[in-house]
Amino acid sequence: MDLQTTIYIGVGLSFALYIGIAIWARAGTTSEFYAAGGSVHPVTNGMATAADWMSAASFISMAGLISNMGYGGGLFLMGWTGGYVLLAMLLAPYLRKFGKFTVPSFIGDRFYSKSASTIAVICLLTASITYIIGQMTGVGVAFSRFLGVSSEVGIYVGMGIVFLYAVFGGMKGITYTQVAQYVVLILAYTVPAVFISLQLTGNPVPQLGLGSSLVGQDMSLLAKLDLIVTDLGFGKYTTTTAGSTLNMFVYTLSLMIGTAGLPHVIMRFFTVPSVKDARSSAGWALVFIAILYTTAPAVAAMAKTNLIRTITPGVVMSNTDPYAAESAIKFDERPDWMKRWEKTGLLKFTDKNGDGRIQYYNDKTKNPEVLKKAEAAGWKGNELDVNADIIVLANPEIALLPNWVIALVAAGGLAAALSTAAGLLMAISSAVSHDLIKGVFMPSISEKGELMAGKIAMAVAIVISGWLGLNPPGFAAGTVALAFGIAASTLFPAIMMGIFSKKMNKEGAMAGMLAGLAVTLFYVFAHKGIFFIKGTDFLPMIGGANSFFGITPEAFGAIGAMVNFIVAFAVDKVTKEPPERIQAMVEAVRIPRGSKAVDGAH
Amino acid sequence: MSTDSSSAYWRATLTLLTKILIVWFLVSFGAGILFADLLNNFHLGGYPLGFWFAQQGSIYVFIILIFYYAKKMNDIDRQFDVHED
Repeated sequence: MDLQTTIYIGVGLSFALYIGIAIWARAGTTSEFYAAGGSVHPVTNGMATAADWMSAASFISMAGLISNMGYGGGLFLMGWTGGYVLLAMLLAPYLRKFGKFTVPSFIGDRFYSKSASTIAVICLLTASITYIIGQMTGVGVAFSRFLGVSSEVGIYVGMGIVFLYAVFGGMKGITYTQVAQYVVLILAYTVPAVFISLQLTGNPVPQLGLGSSLVGQDMSLLAKLDLIVTDLGFGKYTTTTAGSTLNMFVYTLSLMIGTAGLPHVIMRFFTVPSVKDARSSAGWALVFIAILYTTAPAVAAMAKTNLIRTITPGVVMSNTDPYAAESAIKFDERPDWMKRWEKTGLLKFTDKNGDGRIQYYNDKTKNPEVLKKAEAAGWKGNELDVNADIIVLANPEIALLPNWVIALVAAGGLAAALSTAAGLLMAISSAVSHDLIKGVFMPSISEKGELMAGKIAMAVAIVISGWLGLNPPGFAAGTVALAFGIAASTLFPAIMMGIFSKKMNKEGAMAGMLAGLAVTLFYVFAHKGIFFIKGTDFLPMIGGANSFFGITPEAFGAIGAMVNFIVAFAVDKVTKEPPERIQAMVEAVRIPRGSKAVDGAH
Repeated sequence: MSTDSSSAYWRATLTLLTKILIVWFLVSFGAGILFADLLNNFHLGGYPLGFWFAQQGSIYVFIILIFYYAKKMNDIDRQFDVHED
């Protein structure tokens, strides 16, 4: 069977599975729609949370980023997993005990104020909508590359599928499709990694393979990689940090706090039956996430090794000098996978010195020795450009794996994007129908009416996000930073103070959220333009790029969170303390006894 | 639940959280970032140790921490008789 047919069958089967689950798990009540009836087993919820959390970015882009960054890429690994420790201990069990459907309803009730809840809704919508654009573009890209249809058709098909199971199934349908999507995406990620690890190191477990020696050599894979990349003028793989140590520190912290504060992840913990289950469920979520996240660094380093091995076979597997005349392969004799990816424009070769061979090295290095060797060899600059995003997608082809593995990776990429999109849509629609329509505009709406409003809000959100995916505003890459920044600087501190500071009042919480939001937006917009409009950035005003102690805008969420805490406590000191009943409510939230199924009562 | 036992329960909870957060900080920000260069002088198989903490070890410790937390919290709940039925 040819590759294209195999991919159609693989992706088709996975979609049939998702739709089958959607028909089986229709939501009839608001409790099923918002919280899957509160009856999801903690392990099941852990698996659904893992799929909800791991997006197209985790699946497609992360290993490629680590491959280019080396050691510094560890900030994504630590940041996106360490947040679960915070979520499990500081937020999830208490929000489960509180027992309402949404994050803004906790903030509204705890801070006894409709305005606080409305601010939370705005933060939630901004974070979730910016996040979803990237997922929709990811769906389009995956479709167009694997199914040979245009990116537009891909997005329409993706919208249709999500519509079917998210609108009719609500949280219940989403939960069970996410479980299926987790299975598909984790197989798609680990199967090629196992094969590649086996080929390079003889060890089938990628996590151990990364710490092993290359086949037939007495040098470890990482030591060899360090040697080769420094020889080619790149930074040493195992020590190159992301910017300064301070930036890496703050970046990691921002991702951790942001992860814990993202509403579409938090609300998954409303679906388990008890407080006890919420605690263990976070552990299970991290187990399922870790299977991918501990494989990713192996995929990253091995892909880098394989890439260099493809171009200069002798350099990796024996000890040939990369600068010797015959080391690099001839362009005409390059493998088929390179030809396939050249068509997408994500892999480019330009023969700068006209010798018909591919030279891959860091031509911007400041190391005079490398530059001298390159000049002596007659090199005129790096000739191969590889987009980081193809590392995972092209991995099975680079390792010459069978067609069914490539089909599996296609289905896995789509599963990762669709499951996260569905979780985000759920967060958006519940904030609109439950917190805005029922909470503010139409408090007397019937349960049936609210369910209908929820479904309409979801359908509208799908159309808007699809439209944004089709017409990406040219800032898709910068928006994920914004989503994390907002979650870290507004929602996380507000929820945490709501639980851990009995005396925190509404004035403090609102001032904190607004200050955190303002300072984060200011710093991000200074770098990327006001609302990401080109040409409106104002870097000179703040003294140049990364002017705040060399911290990049992506890493600024932790600073925003600190501002939030400081402002909140300062305002809290000079305003009057919360009413007695609120303090009693905090007491009640802190103990597990008396937890009940989540409901929508206001 | 009396005020005394309620504040003792909360103190026990906060003590547990503090202990776990110290380990959480030490494995990621400590071993994975601040002391990574120092730890890279040691090796775990083919892994330099600091690199291992940043890209593997901290994640394993996080998992252990959450399950340890879940277990200890259940014990504390029972000790102060505030567990769910």
